[in-house]
Amino acid sequence: MVLTNDKIKQKLVEKFGNMVSGFEEPYGMFTFQAPKEMNLKVIQFLYDDVELQFRFLTDLTAVHYPERIGEEIAVVYHLHNLVSNTRIRFKVYTDAVKSEVFTASALFSSANWQEREAYDFFGVNFLGHPNLKRIMNVEEMDYFPLRKEFPLEDQTRIDKDDEMFGRG
Amino acid sequence: MVVEQNIQSNMEASPLGRLGGASGHITLPEGSIEKQTNTLNLGPTHPATHGVFQNILELDGERIISAEQTVGYIHRAFEKIAERRPLYQITPLTDRLNYCSSPINNMGWHTTCEKLLKIQTPKRVDYLRVIIMELARISDHLICNSIVGVDTGAFTGFLYVMQYRELIYEIYEEVCGSRLTTNIGRIGGFERNFSNTAFEKLERFLKEYPSVLKEFENLFNRNRIFMDRTKDTGAISAERALNYGFTGPNLRAAGVDYDVRVHTPYSSYEDFDFKVPVGTTGDNYDRFLVRDEEMWQSLSIIQQAYRKVQEFKGTDAEVYHADVPEYYLPEKEDVYTKMEALIWHFKIIMGETDIPKGEVYHSVEGANGELGFYLVSDGGRTPYRLHFRRPCFIYYQAYSELTKGGMLSDAIITMSSLNLIAGELDA
Repeated sequence: MVLTNDKIKQKLVEKFGNMVSGFEEPYGMFTFQAPKEMNLKVIQFLYDDVELQFRFLTDLTAVHYPERIGEEIAVVYHLHNLVSNTRIRFKVYTDAVKSEVFTASALFSSANWQEREAYDFFGVNFLGHPNLKRIMNVEEMDYFPLRKEFPLEDQTRIDKDDEMFGRG
Repeated sequence: MVVEQNIQSNMEASPLGRLGGASGHITLPEGSIEKQTNTLNLGPTHPATHGVFQNILELDGERIISAEQTVGYIHRAFEKIAERRPLYQITPLTDRLNYCSSPINNMGWHTTCEKLLKIQTPKRVDYLRVIIMELARISDHLICNSIVGVDTGAFTGFLYVMQYRELIYEIYEEVCGSRLTTNIGRIGGFERNFSNTAFEKLERFLKEYPSVLKEFENLFNRNRIFMDRTKDTGAISAERALNYGFTGPNLRAAGVDYDVRVHTPYSSYEDFDFKVPVGTTGDNYDRFLVRDEEMWQSLSIIQQAYRKVQEFKGTDAEVYHADVPEYYLPEKEDVYTKMEALIWHFKIIMGETDIPKGEVYHSVEGANGELGFYLVSDGGRTPYRLHFRRPCFIYYQAYSELTKGGMLSDAIITMSSLNLIAGELDA
């Protein structure tokens, strides 16, 4: 059974009306977004629907867009329907100060660590997560390093004594 | 005197003797904590973990009650670094993910770039890439399976197959100049055509390796001790494996025939005829067998690819990269002797050409699962965000569930048979 992008879009609009938006197909992958309060409802619908069957969470990550005021952080889900071999990308946007998104870890065990990683690097607070703590960085860290306000060191800086490492 | 008498009477009353007491339980001195289980800190630098993994195990005797993993000991912030680097400077970062099969990572990254830049690679390039990727898969599976052997107490197989991994590394060396962290290939193809020596070594590998693998199988596949150690340990059902995001041989061992090479073919994998082996129980033994069979399938793919490569005649047989001068580095001889080539080389390496705006997810079948690259570009010289879907980061979560209720010694085998690579896990 072939599951086309139009079909997915039609089913989503049928179910959620104008709550789902931002339909795109960059490089062939169907992409859409929903309000952050809806994320679990949408994922559950994608999981349960007999035709959609997006039951494999390929990837979960976040992207920081500091210029989008009020919705700075995008949480990106890549879901895969293994029966008809279709992939989709689903995004929810949340603000950076009080970034709260419901956890998908009850539905997908694989979301557990991936959400911890997104929390660790972007500070996304996944509500209901069983063990939301830092995973890669040290627990004492008090900032979220993959956010854009932390640029990497300027490679042309001259104020640092780096003689021992060949940059003096 | 009274105390002594009491002890005496207790000893008589209890069949357990002096320590048993009437209730069969030791009475600890006041203030001490009564703890029935032991906590064992396995790792982060334990020889049996083959990498920097820490597990805090709660043990009842030798039985594991719970395991808590700590990861991130060799986290190197690749995703952050990649945000400052042009495309070519990211390839060496991918080397250091799964360093047992870095060519697959390199080519996964290059095919991701090609997808973003909409570059079509010639068939010969695809076939040469398939040869290298399948060699990498063999070397990775070889290490994993022989390490499972080492952990069950059979060191011979590991040493025996090592010279064939060496031969694979020599082929890499012939193509790209390095062995472990290969940085192999370019966007659009390879840095140079395969030399005759490379093909001779490949032929030698194809000729000699089958008998070696056969002998390796003879050592393990029906070995009573090995089977007893690996069967029914670290098992996972297909349903749980999917829920945990398993991919690659670990998922296939549980009985799901998902393979990126078949489902989303890249690099012309659709031109090849191969089987996707699956297991049934998802235990350590099945994982071993699936990897073993995949090595045979990889051999067959290499043979097919080599035959296809030989079919190119005349100028077609000289093609080793796509015609994309904006992204393909000029020949090294030209870079050293000609001004234009040198400038062009510099411009590409430093990312003077902006990459197109876009959002790409591309995945390849890495040696231990689906290796994905999620690349968000805002049209600058570097990616706006790059995320690696590292298969073993995702499936290592299941380790606690896999080992719970099992023996400590089985947990060691489970760890090595999952093919966990610390570099990939921690990124």
